Amino acid sequence: MRTWRTPILWLAVLLALVLGMEALEPLFRLIQPDTQGVIYRRESFLFLLGNHVLLVLVSATIGTLAAVAGGIFATRPLGRDFLPLVSQIASIGQTFPPVAVLALAVPVLGFGEGPTLVALVLYGLLPVLRNTLAGLDGLDPAVTEAARGMGMSARQVLFQVEIPLAGRVILAGIRTSVTINIATAAIGSTIGARTLGDPVIAGLVNGNTAYVLQGALLIGLLALMTDSLFEALENVWARRVASPQPVA
Amino acid sequence: MIELKNVTRRFGQTVAVDHIDLTVETGEVCVLVGSSGCGKSTTLRMINRLLPTSSGEIQVDGEDIAGMDLQRLRLNMGYAIQGTGLFPHWTVARNIALVPRLLKWPKARIQARVSELLEMLDMDPARFAGAYPQQLSGGQAQRVGVARALAADPNILLMDEPFGALDAITRENLQLEMLRLQRQLKKTTVFVTHDIDEALRLATRIAVMDQGRIIQHDTPENILRRPASDFVENLVGRQDRGLKLMALRPVRDLMTPHDKPHPAEPGADGLKEDDSLRLALSVMLWQDLQQVAVFDHLGNETGVLLRQRLIEGGV
Repeated sequence: MRTWRTPILWLAVLLALVLGMEALEPLFRLIQPDTQGVIYRRESFLFLLGNHVLLVLVSATIGTLAAVAGGIFATRPLGRDFLPLVSQIASIGQTFPPVAVLALAVPVLGFGEGPTLVALVLYGLLPVLRNTLAGLDGLDPAVTEAARGMGMSARQVLFQVEIPLAGRVILAGIRTSVTINIATAAIGSTIGARTLGDPVIAGLVNGNTAYVLQGALLIGLLALMTDSLFEALENVWARRVASPQPVA
Repeated sequence: MIELKNVTRRFGQTVAVDHIDLTVETGEVCVLVGSSGCGKSTTLRMINRLLPTSSGEIQVDGEDIAGMDLQRLRLNMGYAIQGTGLFPHWTVARNIALVPRLLKWPKARIQARVSELLEMLDMDPARFAGAYPQQLSGGQAQRVGVARALAADPNILLMDEPFGALDAITRENLQLEMLRLQRQLKKTTVFVTHDIDEALRLATRIAVMDQGRIIQHDTPENILRRPASDFVENLVGRQDRGLKLMALRPVRDLMTPHDKPHPAEPGADGLKEDDSLRLALSVMLWQDLQQVAVFDHLGNETGVLLRQRLIEGGV
């Protein structure tokens, strides 16, 4: 239970703010005293949060599946020839700022959720791919050699040895990818996706700092909640599947 | 029985193993010895098809391995390597149970086998079965590696410098253990090492390799007495040969037996029948003795070893 305490705590704070932002009206009025509407009301925060999470969830699922599959392929004997190429793409991709990925997606795909999703998938691929390669390629060669030599099939070696041992590194890649994409999805609001970035953009356009703060606060909380959720997952993985720390 | 017939392995332009013929009889320990890059590990890895041969044929009990099902071939060959290759995310018990599980043994049988093996290797099952590899010392981990190789009672044992990364004392202990196990189990074993002393100690027959070829394939004694070339002579140590030969023979060979064994006096000092002549000489030189009492494994004095006899007949 202790493992999950931090993510649950952040989730509670996030939901409380999403549902009860009105209660903080006096506070925001201090920041923005001369404006009529200090609480963003064009869309409910709950809807925006839901849409935001959905975008990230769908893109992360597609991106993770593709990246892990690609990483596994590039580390098999059949795909070994592609390993340098794939790992180069993974590294180069990381040097693109997320905003640039979005900006490039618009001329090709137009506005709305669609191009945002594509941009998120593409950008989310790379950390997962890089970590999948690092995790699988970084295993002690004696371990996989022994596994094969003892008579495990390629599939058994992959699922019983390689994935469990590389899992924590792969999970760390997914964590980076999802956290970055929570921020990137917010920028999706500039190209017409409905996300928690909406209040931020509206606030910037209208010079309403209170709007900006509300959006930023919720995005930040969502990122924190997700990050701590993955930390908990990594710990569970380490305890259940991977090896424990040596006892002194 | 393992037979290599005219086997060659190339890596690109380099020839790692060059048309070798080698026969390992059932129940014998064949040690491949040579410096690194001589092709000994490559040879071993071709036997369980971790590497394919470039040409030539390898037969196990008369059957060409190229045509055999890969799983079936490997599951019948225990495999122990340097650095153990134990799975760090599995307990000792699960590591040892690897092959029996692949063979779908019933659970109770696997459990019994794991305990049996741990006990055979002098490790308390209650203490070690649930431990993880990182919690073991180097010697313990290597014992587990050997136990894993033996788990499903394979006919053949392949060992690739299994004791290479251990300190001298642990290595010697494990070599003695290996000898003891081999006397019980009589596995057809191919053992790779660069350490000639390890080879002399463990081998039924030694194959000395250099640049992908087998220079000499013979018993330890013949390798020492009649090295086939300067290379082999240098490998065994030209001037150290006398002591190495003595190390091969047990005290039993040269002792003068009593008519009737009698129980030893308490606290009496002496040698065991299985100790080497080299050890006997060392004891005599150090304690300046003309003769040493010899005991059997029950502690009865069965004879004496005379210094004169040892000097004259030891080599």
